[in-house]
Amino acid sequence: MSVLLAAAPAVDSGDTAWMLVATALVLLMTIGLGLFYAGLVRAKNTLNTFMMCVAALAVATITWAVVGYSLAFDGEAKILGGLGHAFMSDVGFEPRDGTTIPHLVFFAFQATFCIITTALVSGAVVERMRFGPFLVFAALWSVLVYAVMAHWAFGGGWLAQQGTLDFAGGVPVEMGSGFSALAAALVVGARKDHGRQALLPHNAVYVLLGAGLLWFGWFGFNGGSGFSTGDASVLAFTNTMLTPACTLLVWFILDLIRGRQVTAIGAATAIIVGCVAITPAGGFISPIWAMVLGALAALPCYAVIVWRTRTRIDETLDVLAAHGVAGLFGIVFIGLVAQMSWNDVADGLLYGDAGQLGSQLVAAVAAPAYAFGMTYVLLKVIGAVTPLRGSDRDEAVGMDIIHHGEEAYVTGEGAILIRAEAGEAEELPVAEPV
Amino acid sequence: MKLIIGIVRPDKANDVLEALYRAEVRGISMSRVQGHGGELERVETYRGTRVQMGLSDKVRFEIAVSDEFVQTTIDALCEGAQTGEVGDGKIFVMPLDRAVRIRTGERDHGAVTPVGK
Repeated sequence: MSVLLAAAPAVDSGDTAWMLVATALVLLMTIGLGLFYAGLVRAKNTLNTFMMCVAALAVATITWAVVGYSLAFDGEAKILGGLGHAFMSDVGFEPRDGTTIPHLVFFAFQATFCIITTALVSGAVVERMRFGPFLVFAALWSVLVYAVMAHWAFGGGWLAQQGTLDFAGGVPVEMGSGFSALAAALVVGARKDHGRQALLPHNAVYVLLGAGLLWFGWFGFNGGSGFSTGDASVLAFTNTMLTPACTLLVWFILDLIRGRQVTAIGAATAIIVGCVAITPAGGFISPIWAMVLGALAALPCYAVIVWRTRTRIDETLDVLAAHGVAGLFGIVFIGLVAQMSWNDVADGLLYGDAGQLGSQLVAAVAAPAYAFGMTYVLLKVIGAVTPLRGSDRDEAVGMDIIHHGEEAYVTGEGAILIRAEAGEAEELPVAEPV
Repeated sequence: MKLIIGIVRPDKANDVLEALYRAEVRGISMSRVQGHGGELERVETYRGTRVQMGLSDKVRFEIAVSDEFVQTTIDALCEGAQTGEVGDGKIFVMPLDRAVRIRTGERDHGAVTPVGK
């Protein structure tokens, strides 16, 4: 009995304290993402764009508690977890297997990942998708795509079993959202003015502030993915500082070469790309390789953004480039430069284990294929039941007024207060159309 | 010479500009205004406070043209701004006494559309 007690891991207060903070940091990222996205759209769609991220907070948290967490983290079946933790059953104060933190904290930390990933996909369909169908999509997507892929990579599913290393979510979060975004953009279709008019970001300051909040929160995202204050977490934490800095500088250079000026929105994008690239690799590669990763990851992502704007694909906020491609790059990069001396888990190709690169490539093929295919089918099905987008007129007026009855930059001039007394609306002089 | 004022929907402003360029009307000022035409007012709610928005955002074009360009300009404004629904806007044409191009000191006919003709 005493032997058993000694072997069972106990809750560690230091680890738990850090994971509580990390969870809150990741939750803040969803609001940061909302700000980032809101700045990138036109003023008339500011609130709707932000609200799609807020909607993920409402919808994905609930689906996660009800069934998503269980499907992702109950048991080590190849494809899908069980229902043993459905409705949070058996999620309590005892440590989660393999960690030194309470199961409840582990659940909450993982929930924040599901939320932000669901919010990320909205970037592909902003400025046109109806809010109601988006809520339905978000709820189903968080289970059918996110929870499934989280099981594959984090929950002991087939990718983890065949040796894919994914520290903080290159598979479910980054490739999951990025390639789903491409499918969503194709199914929902382009905005009515796409390719005809310049559709410009309305507030670059929001974009930079949102990117800053995301980077800040990412220290919890990556630094918390070791579920402790151990070496892997510390390495991932510091790498989260190094990689985006290198991406930023290379992005400056690419901007200079292409347009002779360094752009602010480009810089905000670079921060995201760097954070995404280090997400899968954070706890597995050395700080110097993390810097190289940041510099190199800028190239394919920049290229995809340039390519995308020349196509008719209205993947509006470039989730594919910033998350899908950067996440894929990070996943593959682990297979090249992972070092046993830093991570105690595996070496990459350059350190003598070509097999690891193979394991990484499997994930780099399977994750995009599943995310794209499942999202495509899911939206087609929802679209068969209810229209995914409103009329051209709705799009012209803007999603804020149409779906929320609010404006982001309301002046109040000409606004007449409606007084409802005893449940009866006051008669108001309404101009009739002539 | 006439001064043409066109008040249109903000989301049609780009279409109007395109139509004006195609009609070779040059020399345009544009400003954002709020106005009330015949359109039905929309109700918005801010934390339980319900308000009826009596004014809508509009874009106001001011274009000074020579007499032979008046109809062209009006046609371009209508072509770009029309949706067929209430709230498309209005066009006002008024006489213009004088016009001066500040750079060259050119006057009247030489200072308004068409340029250089």
